[in-house]
Amino acid sequence: MLLAGGFAQALTPMNLLFALIGVFLGTAVGILPGIGPALTVALLLPVTFKLDPGGSLIMFAGIYYGGMYGGSTTAILLNTPGEAASVVTALEGNKMARQGRGGPALATAAIGSFVAGLVATIGIAFLAPVIVKVAVKFGPWDYFALMMIAFVTVSATFGNSPLKGLTSLALGLWLGLMGIDGLTGQARLTFGVPELLDGIEVTTLAVGLFAIGEALMVVSMHKTNAEKPMAIKGSIWMSLEDWKRSWKPWLRGAAIGFPIGGLPAGGAEVPTFLSYNLERKLCRDKNAFGNGAIEGVAGPEAANNASAAGTMVPLLTLGLPTSATAAVMLAGFQQYNIQPGPLLFVQHAQLVWTLIASLFIANAMLLVLNLPMIGLWVRLLKIPTPWLYAGILVFAAMGTIAANPSVVELIILVLFGIAGFLMRRYDYPVAPAVVGLILGPMADLQLRRALQISLGDPMVFLNHWSSATMLAIAFIALVAPFVFKGLSRFQAEED
Amino acid sequence: MFAKLIGCGVAALCLSMSNAVAQDAKLGELSIIAPAGAGGGWDSAARAIQQVMTETGIARSIQVLNVPGAGGTVGLAQFATGAGSDANQLLVGGITMVGAIISNNAPVKLDAVKPLARLTGDPLAVVVPASSDIKTIDDLLGKIKSDVAGTVWAGGSAGGADHMLAALLTEAAGEDPSKVNYVAFSGGGEALAAMLGGQVVAGISGYGEWQGQIESGDLRALAISYPEPIEGIDAQPLKAQGVDVELVNWRGIFAAPQVSDEDMAKLTAAFDEMVKSDKWQELLKARGWADYYLPADEFASFLTEETQRIEGILTSVGLAGK
Repeated sequence: MLLAGGFAQALTPMNLLFALIGVFLGTAVGILPGIGPALTVALLLPVTFKLDPGGSLIMFAGIYYGGMYGGSTTAILLNTPGEAASVVTALEGNKMARQGRGGPALATAAIGSFVAGLVATIGIAFLAPVIVKVAVKFGPWDYFALMMIAFVTVSATFGNSPLKGLTSLALGLWLGLMGIDGLTGQARLTFGVPELLDGIEVTTLAVGLFAIGEALMVVSMHKTNAEKPMAIKGSIWMSLEDWKRSWKPWLRGAAIGFPIGGLPAGGAEVPTFLSYNLERKLCRDKNAFGNGAIEGVAGPEAANNASAAGTMVPLLTLGLPTSATAAVMLAGFQQYNIQPGPLLFVQHAQLVWTLIASLFIANAMLLVLNLPMIGLWVRLLKIPTPWLYAGILVFAAMGTIAANPSVVELIILVLFGIAGFLMRRYDYPVAPAVVGLILGPMADLQLRRALQISLGDPMVFLNHWSSATMLAIAFIALVAPFVFKGLSRFQAEED
Repeated sequence: MFAKLIGCGVAALCLSMSNAVAQDAKLGELSIIAPAGAGGGWDSAARAIQQVMTETGIARSIQVLNVPGAGGTVGLAQFATGAGSDANQLLVGGITMVGAIISNNAPVKLDAVKPLARLTGDPLAVVVPASSDIKTIDDLLGKIKSDVAGTVWAGGSAGGADHMLAALLTEAAGEDPSKVNYVAFSGGGEALAAMLGGQVVAGISGYGEWQGQIESGDLRALAISYPEPIEGIDAQPLKAQGVDVELVNWRGIFAAPQVSDEDMAKLTAAFDEMVKSDKWQELLKARGWADYYLPADEFASFLTEETQRIEGILTSVGLAGK
């Protein structure tokens, strides 16, 4: 009933226009690496001050959803993830694009984002009070156990050689240690460079390793056999088979992304890793993954949009922003004298339901705007290779500078680009390095927080049933493949 | 390219809006460096100044530039070396920056720039979960005295204002502040979850960040660290409760290193006018910030004292950089 009222409020032509502008802006900034939705919302705050609260919040929701989706376009077509949550999308998505299946890849990302956003928004409307009760119970021990599951699943991104994958992961973990330690405030591995005190920016590493590395690789192969990705092969739309292979990953991705996004320190990256690995495990055709499996795009893309919706839960129910964009949106609430928190649903029920309704609208708008654009995007690949990659280099450098205007950042980007080239040249997978940079510091921080709270007693991880269960899952996932291998060998010998 | 164009469009929109209000503004086209990412305290302070100054017509236009990094010291270094004598460039800063300079032993310190005005002061709140058997600040001090390591604190980043207050309270209870068991979270938000989940004994954060939970009764505020009682906040100052501790999370604005006296006088007058405007006062109320205004000269001497005091606190916790 309240939701219907919210729709009545949100479905004015003016608000629909705001939703459209928001989604358009969001998609655009998502595509450019570096400029995130947070900065865009912050830039727009003074402009929206003149609008009514409903209108501006609708626009912000559009930017947020659009930004989460936009990052996938460049990840798929150009192997250049616009943000950390799209790194996994690049793995299978770009393989698909190279086989001329960029259209279906983009379509499954767009529709998956829509489906997941829809599921998650329904989740906000009906489950927010429940989720938030669980979320605050989530202690450092639980986060650490969740990280362990994520770490175990990382092996899925290793490519062919586990040893090379581990090397790449170790590089990421090392980079992750750089900067001011969150718990003691002391600098680690910064070599006296003040710009390193905040650690390595994930987008800088991702853009360097993926985009610049890729560009250098293409240049180096120019004389020999430059592999030109096929622009389009077959239909640019999803076939019946694609639909069949996509719908389950969409739902599973949403089921993973939404609750983790709702955790105060959950984030959007971890659910994409988990979803990718789950789809890989569930995929019947063992050779599909690594060769452009549509499931590997559908799942993570759904997970990342669902987690964006998930962050609305702590924002609305606790007044707790769990991402930079949510923090700016909180400021947006405050400029209308509205304090999100436990009392928001009571004091400003109408506004909350307008916002939830506007999330639905922004979500639908995302689909309306992006599906017709696919044909246009895919044509990007028809641009002659030198032009295309020169463009990527400009984009990458510009995005990095926009996010952090400093020479040091640019130097770091170039160094990562060279590292990315060398890793490609010698066949090391680049994704584990990015994953290590994301997960390493989080696991480190949560482990030490847990031990600090338990006064150094490691049993804290087993005394809580939730963390104990998750650690058990991680352990089984780690050991089971070896056990099964051993068993089947044992059986083979018996025969 | 897309985003760039749109960025220009947005900027142009802001410009044209502010142009409409102010043709003969006192200040020209300012740019303010917020030495933190979008969404943080300094960023919102800078954007608050932007909003009020352009709406009241004190400045023709203001651009906010985010230079995040290392507790604001990266932005400070960039500003101190780049701004020269340009009166149109300003920098936002605050107590966290003072602390970060000390604990990172930053090469560029706040004496490299000119203090212009102290603007806002956030009271810090000392809270416990509603279910806790600690009812008063004296109970909490007693708990610290009986078990300093077991008194697990949650609060914002290590070495920040929250951490300093935990150290001061530990000292006030008669214990060694270097033993304080302080679990640092990235801001009051994540710490809030640890509080509500009952994972820690007590927490410290800006009052505004936890206001909702305090009012709904999920958290119990024992005291605020502001020197005087604040209208609308039930919790009383530590000082009024017999604990001689005071710490305000203040934010201020700084001018370029070599600004001429003439320009400095113009800037001081402009900020004086802004602080006294109704728009600014309304905004303070909306954001839950206290008016903590001090003009340039007094701000400068406050800064010298505050720097010494913070150095003392951070040394006692073992966080001062060598």
